[in-house]
Amino acid sequence: MRYNEKELQALSRQPAEKAAEIGMRVPKKGSVVKRRLVKLVVNFLFYFRTDEAEPIGALLLEHCRIAEEEPSVFSISFIEEPDRKYYFECSSEEQCQEWIDALRRASYEFMRRSLIFYRNEIQKMTGKDPLEQYGISEEARFQLNTHQA
Amino acid sequence: MKLNERSLAFYATCDSPADNTGFLYKKGERHTAYHRRWFVLKGNMLFYFEDRDSREPVGVIILEGCTVELCEATEEFAFAIRFAGARSRTYILAADSQPAMEAWVKALSRASFDYMRLVVRELEQQLEQMRLGSRRRTEPLVPPRRERSLPSSGSKENGCAVWSQESCSLPNGTLPRTSHEGALRPPPLPPRRKPSLGSSPVPLLVPETPFTPGTTTFSQLHDWYGQEILALRREWLESRGQL
Repeated sequence: MRYNEKELQALSRQPAEKAAEIGMRVPKKGSVVKRRLVKLVVNFLFYFRTDEAEPIGALLLEHCRIAEEEPSVFSISFIEEPDRKYYFECSSEEQCQEWIDALRRASYEFMRRSLIFYRNEIQKMTGKDPLEQYGISEEARFQLNTHQA
Repeated sequence: MKLNERSLAFYATCDSPADNTGFLYKKGERHTAYHRRWFVLKGNMLFYFEDRDSREPVGVIILEGCTVELCEATEEFAFAIRFAGARSRTYILAADSQPAMEAWVKALSRASFDYMRLVVRELEQQLEQMRLGSRRRTEPLVPPRRERSLPSSGSKENGCAVWSQESCSLPNGTLPRTSHEGALRPPPLPPRRKPSLGSSPVPLLVPETPFTPGTTTFSQLHDWYGQEILALRREWLESRGQL
């Protein structure tokens, strides 16, 4: 699949939601844990060799499952291949939990659902659609029916 | 750079709703010829397929950091997706009609993650201020903090996450201006959706706590909150002399 790699590289240089050195193991036969700089930017998780400026790779965090495997280990897998897991070994349970929380909130789809939820709540409380003032109430991406039906 | 392409392809073709779809002419990279492609916009990803029933996208345009503008081109109804940066590519696309072009330009210019995040934060803040404004006297029943109360051994699909009070930095490094005074109440979790199941929500399994009896599914929790909100609304209207 073609994609705009330069823009993705530029994105990897943006300020991160979260970044840390974590032990990472990819779902390949015989792979071992390697120390990586892992960086969360929008809905991408970039991973770098610790001494390099360009990422080795990126994971788009949509339709993925973030699971706690052990108290300080979490995994990322994707809905179409749930057994193919990327493992991340954290330095503490606390760090592990922070990453799990952050990654679960990192998808565009999660934000969309939150927005629809808040919109609905505000509408119930005030009788007014809070998106009207921005002129975006009709946008497909914010519709209750489209995304909950 | 490696990218989880298989997952991207799944995201593109699964039945989760798209934000816009349609045929567009895409100008080739090296040549001036336009190719008709089927475009699918989901979130901040613009996928394009050879045809409407193709099983896999030909490519994807990641829409972070772009601007969308009308442009002069040999094709009618043309617009451009431009990225900053020296050697960045500009994508020239053309629709079949004026309304189609306008719809695409609108949809694409609001497709970034950042934009969505700003709108979410804005609504969060509004909701928070409404709750703070109404809560002047004794606190009603406190909804439980959900951060650690979900079963820890369970795997959660992304999207079933706990809303926490951690502030996230905006991409320019600043913190959003959420207010932290007074009582911050995490809102209930948004409903979880599996893409392939379509209509019916999967109930969110939350252990009962002393504070929210009988609220083991999202809909029950929702109803529970609903009562609180009705009470708050009444208080709020009273305080504004409207009742």
